[in-house]
Amino acid sequence: MTKAFRIQNLGCASCAAKMEKKIAALPGVSGARVNFMTQRLTLEADEERMGGLMKDAQAIIRSIEPDATLVFPL
Amino acid sequence: MTKRIYRVPLALVLFVSGLLIRDGSPVRTALLFAAYLIVGYDVLLSAGRGIARGRVFDENFLMSLATLGAFVIGEYAEAVAVMVFYQTGELFQGYAVDRSRRAIAGAMDLRPDSANLLREDGRTDTVAPETVAVGSLILIRPGERLPLDGVVAEGESDLDTSALTGEALPRAVKPGGEALSGCVNLTGALTVRVTKPYDQSTVSRILEMAENATDRKSRQEAFITRFSALYTPVVVILALLLAFVPPLFLPGAVLSDWVYRALNFLVVSCPCALVISIPLSFFGGIGGASRAGILAKGANYLEALAKADTFVFDKTGTLTRGSFAVSEVRPVSGTREELLEIAALAEHHSNHPIALSIRQAHGAPVDPARVRDVTELPGGGVKATVDGGEVLVGNARLLVDHQISIPDTEDTGTLSHVVASGVYLGSILFEDEIKPCARQALLRLRSRGVNRLVMLTGDSEQAGRKAADGLGIDVVHAGLLPQDKVARLEELLDQPGRRGTLVFAGDGVNDAPVLARADVGFAMGAMGSDAAIEAADIVIMNDDPCKMASALDIARRTVSIARQNAFFAISVKAVVLILSALGLSTLWMAVFADVGVTVLAILNAMRALRVPREDSGCACDVSPALHPAKAA
Repeated sequence: MTKAFRIQNLGCASCAAKMEKKIAALPGVSGARVNFMTQRLTLEADEERMGGLMKDAQAIIRSIEPDATLVFPL
Repeated sequence: MTKRIYRVPLALVLFVSGLLIRDGSPVRTALLFAAYLIVGYDVLLSAGRGIARGRVFDENFLMSLATLGAFVIGEYAEAVAVMVFYQTGELFQGYAVDRSRRAIAGAMDLRPDSANLLREDGRTDTVAPETVAVGSLILIRPGERLPLDGVVAEGESDLDTSALTGEALPRAVKPGGEALSGCVNLTGALTVRVTKPYDQSTVSRILEMAENATDRKSRQEAFITRFSALYTPVVVILALLLAFVPPLFLPGAVLSDWVYRALNFLVVSCPCALVISIPLSFFGGIGGASRAGILAKGANYLEALAKADTFVFDKTGTLTRGSFAVSEVRPVSGTREELLEIAALAEHHSNHPIALSIRQAHGAPVDPARVRDVTELPGGGVKATVDGGEVLVGNARLLVDHQISIPDTEDTGTLSHVVASGVYLGSILFEDEIKPCARQALLRLRSRGVNRLVMLTGDSEQAGRKAADGLGIDVVHAGLLPQDKVARLEELLDQPGRRGTLVFAGDGVNDAPVLARADVGFAMGAMGSDAAIEAADIVIMNDDPCKMASALDIARRTVSIARQNAFFAISVKAVVLILSALGLSTLWMAVFADVGVTVLAILNAMRALRVPREDSGCACDVSPALHPAKAA
C-alpha cells in the first residue's frame, strides 16, 4: 500500500534527497519519495509493516533535519 | 529557526557598533562575539547535534566550521558578517520557497470546502463534499465552486471552467447538462444531481494528479542529485588539502592564509542551491501548465515533451470534433423532412452521437408516443417500431443483416440508411468536422520544430486523407483497428535517425495502449473522462488543439529555466572555488555562491509558473455543447 505524509519544517532540499535515499533503503520499503516542494513523504510498503516503518522514517527525518516532523495522515 | 527576522537586525546593530570601536579593544571583540552568537546560535546548535549523530557535511556544520575557523585565524568581523549574511540569505530563501510553494499550490487549488445538500423539505444542509452520496441533490449558488460532479437537475447558469481548462469563456449549462466539480457557478442557482462520489470527481482526481506530479523526477533532477552527492564531499576534502598541504610545501606560505581559502571552500561546498534549482523549476512549470488547463503527470514528461519532433494524432475527437454533423439527406422517395422525422423518431431514445446529430438536424420535437420497442444494435444502428411499422436506421451491415439491398455510394463520410416496413427510404450522410483551429495548431507545432505530423485513424482511407490534406499532415494511416495503431506507432518509434521524442495525442477513447506506448501521451478533451486521465502523461482539459503547442512551449521554457539554474549555480560555485584557491575570494563571495545563488535560482524558477497567454490568439470554438458524445 502507499501512504502519504506531510513533513513539517522541511527546510533544505539536499536534506530531502538524503532522507529519501535512507528511507527507501529501509528493509520492507518498496518505494519512498520525499518531495521538497510539496513537503510530502510518499511511502510504499506492506500494510502490516507500515506502522513500524513510519517510526523509522520519522527517526531518519529527525536525524537529518532536527526540526522536521512527520505529520500523518495527510 | 524562529524569529530569525528579529535576530538578524539585532545582530547587525551590535556588529556595526562593534566595527565603530577601535581595533583591538575588548569591547569590540565582545560586541562582535555577541552579534555572532545572537545570529548564529541555532546554526551552531544544529551543527553540534549533527556531529553527535555522526553526520557531517550538512550546511550547519559547514557554516559553523567556516565561521569558527575565521574566529580562530583572527578574522572576527568577517566571521560575524558571514553568519549575518548567511542567515539573511536563509531568511530570503525560506521566504521565497514558501512563496513559490504557495503560489504553485494556489494555481492548482480547486478544493471545495463544502456542499449544500438539498433535503426533501427544500432546505439545505452544509456538509463536507466527501459525505455526499451519489444521486443526492446539491444546490450551488452563484459564486460558489461546484464540489462534486453531476448533472444539472434544475436551473440555468454560466460556469467558469477556467480552473479546469484555462479557458476564459464561461460555458452555459441547463437541465440535463454536465456540471463538473472545480467549475465556479457564475450567474444563476443550480440544482445538481451528484453522479460521482467525491474521491472520483474531477476535482479530486486533478488534485491527486497535481500532488503526485512533482514526485516523478526529471532526468535533470536525478543528475543534479547525484552530482551534489559527490560534489560536497569532494569540495570538503579539497578544502582540507588546501588548508594544510601548501603551508607544508610552499616556502613562505602562511597557514592562516591557506586556512582562510579553505574556509571559502567549505562555505561553497553547500549543495542546496544545486539541489533545489531544478525540481523547483519543474514544479513551477507544472503549476503554470495547470493554470492553462494542461495537467502534466510528472516533470519527466515535460522534459520529454520539450524534445518532441514527431506528433502522432488520432483523428476523431482529437483533430475533428467527433460530432458527425448531418451533411446531406438523400431521400429515395418522399421529402427530406419526412426522412429526417422517421429517423429522429427511431433514434429518439439513443445517446449515440449519430442519433444526437439526426435529432439536431430534424430540429422539431417529436411525439415519443409514436415510438415503441426500441432496440439498439451496437455496431449497426437502431431498430424501432414507429407508428406501428418497423423502422431500421443504421449502417450497411445492419441492412445486410435484415436482407435489404442498398445502392452503392462513394462517400467520404459516415452513412446511415433508413428503412421503414422493409422499404428503403434513403440515407443520411454525416461528416465529422475538423476543429476550427486544428490547422492553426499544427502550424504552430511545425513552427516550433516538430517536423513529422502523422495521423492514425480507424476511419476509411478517403475520410482520413481528406482530413489530413486539409490539415497539412505528412502521413496518414487509415482503416486501423486499435491494435494496428500500436503497431504503427511502434514502427514510428523504431524509425532510424529519430532524434527527438514522439508524442501521441488522442482523445482517450480506445487510445490507452497507444497513449502508454508513446514517449509522451497527450489526452485531449479529458475533462470528465476518467479513462483519458488514467492513460495519458499529459492531459489537456478542454478540446483545444492549440493547447498542444502551448504545452510544448511551457515544457521547453521549463526545461530551459531548469538548465539555466543548474548552469548558473554550478558555474558561480566553480568560479568562487577557483578564486578562493588563488586567494582572490572573500568569505562574503563564498556565502553569495551559496545562499545568494539559491535565492536567485528560486526567483528564476518562479518564471516557470508564469505562462504566456499565447493561446488567446487562437480563436477556437470548442464549446462542449458541440460534443454530444462527451456530454452523454
